[in-house]
Amino acid sequence: MIAELGLAALWLAAALAALQLYAGAMALRPGGEGVAALVRPAAVIQGIACAFAFLVLLWLFAITDLSVKLVAANSHSAKPMIFKLAGAWGNHEGSMLLWVAVMALSGALIALVERRLPEKTMLATLAAQAFVGLGFYAFLIVSSNPFERLPQPPIEGLGLNPLLQDIGLALHPPTLYFGYVGLSVAFSFAVGALLTRQVTPEFARVMRPWVLGAWVFLTLGITAGSYWAYYELGWGGWWFWDPVENASLMPWLAATALLHSASVLAARDALRAWTIMLGVVAFSMSMLGTFLVRSGILTSVHAFAVDPERGSFILVLLTLYIGGALALFALRAGTVSEGQRFAVTSREGALVFNNVMLSAILGIVLLGTLYPLLTEAFDVRVSVGPPYFNAVGAIFVIPMLLVMAVGPLLRWRRDSMERVHRPLILIGAIMLVALIGALALDETGVLPLLGLAIAVGLAVASFLPLRGRRLTRVPLAVWGMVVAHFGLAVALFGMASESAFSEERLAAVAAGGTAQVGPWEVTLSDVLPAAGPNWTAIEGHLLASYAGGDPIELDPQSRSFWAPPQETTESALATRWNGQLYAVVGSEAGAGRWQLRLWWKPFVTFIWYGGMLVALGGALALIGRVIDDLRRRAVRARIAQRRGEEPV
Amino acid sequence: MSLARLRLIRDPRESGDRVRHLRSAWKATSAFAAMALFLIGLLAPQLAAQQSLPPAPYAYRQLEDPAKEAEAQALMETLRCLTCQSQSIADSDAAMAGDMRHQVRTRIAAGETPEAIRAWLVERYGDYVSYAPVVSETTWPLFAVPLLLAAGAGAILWRRLRRAR
Amino acid sequence: MRWWWWLPLLLFAGFLGVATYQLTQPKDDLVPSAMVGKPLPEFDLRAAAEGMPGVSTADFRDGKPRLLNIWASWCLPCIAEAPQLERLKQEGAEIVGIAIRDRPEDVAAFLARHGNPYTRIGGDDLSQVQLAIGSSGVPETFVIDGRGVIRYQHIGDIRAEHVPILLEKLQEAGE
Repeated sequence: MIAELGLAALWLAAALAALQLYAGAMALRPGGEGVAALVRPAAVIQGIACAFAFLVLLWLFAITDLSVKLVAANSHSAKPMIFKLAGAWGNHEGSMLLWVAVMALSGALIALVERRLPEKTMLATLAAQAFVGLGFYAFLIVSSNPFERLPQPPIEGLGLNPLLQDIGLALHPPTLYFGYVGLSVAFSFAVGALLTRQVTPEFARVMRPWVLGAWVFLTLGITAGSYWAYYELGWGGWWFWDPVENASLMPWLAATALLHSASVLAARDALRAWTIMLGVVAFSMSMLGTFLVRSGILTSVHAFAVDPERGSFILVLLTLYIGGALALFALRAGTVSEGQRFAVTSREGALVFNNVMLSAILGIVLLGTLYPLLTEAFDVRVSVGPPYFNAVGAIFVIPMLLVMAVGPLLRWRRDSMERVHRPLILIGAIMLVALIGALALDETGVLPLLGLAIAVGLAVASFLPLRGRRLTRVPLAVWGMVVAHFGLAVALFGMASESAFSEERLAAVAAGGTAQVGPWEVTLSDVLPAAGPNWTAIEGHLLASYAGGDPIELDPQSRSFWAPPQETTESALATRWNGQLYAVVGSEAGAGRWQLRLWWKPFVTFIWYGGMLVALGGALALIGRVIDDLRRRAVRARIAQRRGEEPV
Repeated sequence: MSLARLRLIRDPRESGDRVRHLRSAWKATSAFAAMALFLIGLLAPQLAAQQSLPPAPYAYRQLEDPAKEAEAQALMETLRCLTCQSQSIADSDAAMAGDMRHQVRTRIAAGETPEAIRAWLVERYGDYVSYAPVVSETTWPLFAVPLLLAAGAGAILWRRLRRAR
Repeated sequence: MRWWWWLPLLLFAGFLGVATYQLTQPKDDLVPSAMVGKPLPEFDLRAAAEGMPGVSTADFRDGKPRLLNIWASWCLPCIAEAPQLERLKQEGAEIVGIAIRDRPEDVAAFLARHGNPYTRIGGDDLSQVQLAIGSSGVPETFVIDGRGVIRYQHIGDIRAEHVPILLEKLQEAGE
């Protein structure tokens, strides 16, 4: 009965979403105020009902109820509890339910606490939120019911693939869904503001925490995914410009642009239509990514696992949400004036520049990802890969990074270059020195060289906004910006260093033999068989010594799983502050020798440290903003009380 | 799942799937990969035969001359492994990718230029084999659109900033 | 109202069109050879199995059209297509094989078990010929005309329904 309870809760949530949409839409009309009072309670109960449905699914996985199809197909009674629970979202139906549950809870939270916007705008926002939710509910109930029963429960479940039984993989999907949910809330706010023509700084302030939160989660998701690919794939690559990677990058790019334009709107009441547009685009990108991954339209490895019906369903949702929002934008944008003017040399000027560059980068990633799809419609197959994205992207990335170093130093509205000429000269000089230094070190490509120089300059520049300020008085949001910008410089340094200075050594080595890579000397002491619960492996025992120092033991494996049969490479990493040694043991090379693949990657870890710093910066800014809001709310409540009114 | 679909996966081992499925696993963020892995799992027991020859000599061996090796490496990173899904031959364990690496390295060692090798492969497999599109009848929009974007970005900035004065 | 406000919607509609069309198309991952219509590249392969001659380009220039089957003893779809190759042989097609990365004893074992429809089998140990003719996997079957020009490519294992197509292409190549 428990599964039916979950399904009933899902139906209830869907019905409430329908009510919320209807009441919200009615309330926008003159004379429709009567039903307005229903909207917020509907949103709250919808959130509770949907969260309850997800809890039911978790429960079914926890007790391994094999009469439920989803559990039987994805779980196994002998799995550790954490992976049983992770199994609940480690599949299409469960992940959609998690997504819509978090979205409904967000809607409930807004309905409960958000009172800063005009009530009509809030009702329109909640109606938009209900509209998005309703599509997901229909999707779940009609074609992806997670609570479907099996007529004949099997004796044992099929189990979650061993490769997916990894704590990183268990947490990776929810991270991305939280990001997508944040963007869907921003989308609803944008639609609400557009419907009621209330694109105000207050709107930007209300939307900003959601964008910040989404951005933090997306940053973490991309960083973790990149590291996972790096250590698991066995070739030392950390980004491949693969369609599905691009699908995760595009919402991040849009969210980054949205974050900055919302700041301009909040602080200066400018860029109104642009911010709305970005709000729509950012959510479009997360829906588009979901579509690309789940329809299997681009990466064929998914093609035979995917029910084409799902792809079509997501495409219909995409059409309704994005087509609707873009049409509304086209009709209404003309009535949203652009807002306050500002000078070229100003904080807004720099932010506009970066917004335009980010949008262009987004355009290129989108084009490069979708282009093969377009040509395949004409039976021509092309590949768009790293050489294209790196070279064409750089045209926009480099100016953006340069302006990013300067922008935070400028004042809002109007500033002069003379006022900031000294820090500018400093940044320029640092970049030049770094460029000359990198040139002297090694002959390498143009892009990595520029990357190194810009990274060093940007790292210093990111702290300049703090100069002359009492550090204890600097608002948390400014610290967030500093940390995030610094993090980007750190990540950029790691990327440039990895591509400029990596050394590779492929060697066939017998036991006792050694191989050199960069400053490392690696001795193969032995190769032995190893076994795990569901795999066997050959394990290399390596002794690696850095510049003649004490040897570190490394044990890379080449694993063969048997159920299902699959081979994986377990690379072994020796991490130092200045880089990583990456070791892989391959197949036998004859005459008692084994294939070793070794890489010395100077400062490669900076890529992910940088990513984490960016996320930390976002989190600091988010905390700072939320604290500010709460403080302002308290002040307002006190004033209201003093006046003897009801607290607002 | 139709048989017609399955037929297209010829020999999973041939396709260097170890890497491909792992990657898809994190990327697909769950469901699809799990499902794909599961389906491959159903297929694979019958496909347990071993490839009988060791990899080509230069599949896992570098050229002596570091400059030539660097040239080969740069080229390999931009050639698509034909039996994998979106991976270059430089990061695939597929046997065919190994044979392609061998071709690239021996040809570079023999003094061929990277672009000549790329052209040789494109002549055989079409533009699909190269990750570095060049301007052609079928790919010009890839280069025209960025130019348009740059022009558009310039126009937006110019309009805004001029108006602002 | 300005026209460019509609631009995003227009682009989105374009994407929807392409995506909808592609969703209705079967996903095909085959990489066709661009060598169809061109002469076979020069090669000379060792014999892949004892008692069978090897294969060179010259063997295809005697005026008789042939099937060139790219296969391997370790390839399972190749087992599936073995009966169809036998049928093609009975229908009068001459089939030349190229075994990819294979050992003579494995080839011999495969032929003993699944039949030998070939007149010659060359051993392509480094996939050099496979790459040179633009083949991207096993099994694949090419129709070569009497002057050594590649006329048709069949990707994947041959099923019963493909036999008449291949025979027809073979006949066309002979005209």
